[in-house]
Amino acid sequence: MTQPQERLVLDKQGIRRALKKMASEVVSENPDLDTLAFVGIRTRGVPLAERLAKNVDESEGSDVPVGMLDITLYRDDVGIAYPNPVIKPTRLPFELTGMTIILVDDVLNTGRTVRAALDALMDFGRPEAIRLAVLVDRGLRELPIRADYVGKTLETTREDDVLVQLEEVEASDRVIVTKIRKPAGEVHDG
Amino acid sequence: MGSVPMTKPFKHRHLLGIELLDRDDIELILDTAVGMSEIGRRRIKKVPALRGMTIVNFFAEPSTRTKLSFEVAEKRLSADSLSLAASSSSLTKGESLLDTVKNIMAMSPDVVILRHRISGAPHHIAEHIDAAVINAGDGTHEHPTQALLDAYTIRERLGRLEGLRILLCGDIAHSRVARSNMLLLRKMGAEVTVFGPYTMIPMGVEEAFDVKLHRGSLEEALSDKDVVMMLRIQKERLGEPLLPSDREYSMHFGLTMKHLAHVRPQTLVMHPGPVNRGVELAPEVADSDRSVILEQVENGVAVRMAILYLLCRPGEAADG
Repeated sequence: MTQPQERLVLDKQGIRRALKKMASEVVSENPDLDTLAFVGIRTRGVPLAERLAKNVDESEGSDVPVGMLDITLYRDDVGIAYPNPVIKPTRLPFELTGMTIILVDDVLNTGRTVRAALDALMDFGRPEAIRLAVLVDRGLRELPIRADYVGKTLETTREDDVLVQLEEVEASDRVIVTKIRKPAGEVHDG
Repeated sequence: MGSVPMTKPFKHRHLLGIELLDRDDIELILDTAVGMSEIGRRRIKKVPALRGMTIVNFFAEPSTRTKLSFEVAEKRLSADSLSLAASSSSLTKGESLLDTVKNIMAMSPDVVILRHRISGAPHHIAEHIDAAVINAGDGTHEHPTQALLDAYTIRERLGRLEGLRILLCGDIAHSRVARSNMLLLRKMGAEVTVFGPYTMIPMGVEEAFDVKLHRGSLEEALSDKDVVMMLRIQKERLGEPLLPSDREYSMHFGLTMKHLAHVRPQTLVMHPGPVNRGVELAPEVADSDRSVILEQVENGVAVRMAILYLLCRPGEAADG
């Protein structure tokens, strides 16, 4: 048994500040809040989308809608990166056509999740624009995709695991990098 | 990205019957179907999950609901599907079932969905071909996708299966729907009572399926039930009539509005279809707000999507 090497990248305060900065960037680049919506990619993109929307609403007095997207059925790597994903419903409680959608995920890596999410969103309507917000950009892209709003950029290798833990899902708020592979059944994507 | 919730894998190559599934398998199918049901409410009711998969629907016995439901499920998952009916196949020219299926295999399907009048036909085929086989009803044996969609409908309406009291009324002996439902509901911890003409109750049903047999009137049987599943008389499977007449059957075993006045307010009325209106179900009952018959049909698509998806997923995964 090797001891896992854990490196703390963002703590609770760090995540809070990163989301606040991202929310203010979103507002300054998309001043028309009536046509703005956040869509979180399940699982951890959803609480992040909710927190971003809350940041925007608190500073602007707006009521920006939040949706959630399950992209499992659009993936090109089911069975490769994801042996047994649970399929959860997608909920987009607003008309997408004409909206500016801020797509939210926890970690941007290969770009395959985002590719799948873009396909999924297009099946629901024709947004005016789709922007991408991620808490962590860890590099190692396999597709020509980039994020518009980034909380933290990390230099990583394929052997690293970037773990985003959120209070809504886990016990605490933090982002850590480990060198140890996850045991089977708890796979993290790229 | 980040981590994704995982379940235990679906460990079956085929879906041949409820008897081969355990509680975890059933829950995985029902949970996956919850995610699938949302796709049917989208404007574009299609996801690319099974692109490039070939699915053969081979119905060697008449079917409306099940065949349509599988076809819609396949299209919503972007699979390529072919449908073959008994009347249009070479089975009518004397070809054996296995020969017909081996010829179908030349088209390299990933899944073969089979309905057949002989109990065990899908099990036989599954041993001889390199494709996943789904039993869409075999003789008087099993109809697993019907039982799963019934369970989904009950769970969606009443929130659980465990501890519910469920009545199956009608031709229990010749009904594969009854058989699959008894197996599934008992595995999920529901309490099952069967009721029907004595000529249509299999010998030893109480021990064989761990269910109760009701002796008495339909009124009494209904009094404490959460769900009542009405079954059709399987006329096509009866060699000689086991009943004096439809009218007499209806008097004793038909569900009417009068019955509904005395059942608990949340009791669901279910029927796998096709309904013989005025025989096992009064027309007003079929159309009442207690009836979830059309929900069963709608849920069938999501449940079959879940099964196809679970069976078609690429096998053991690499990590990372």
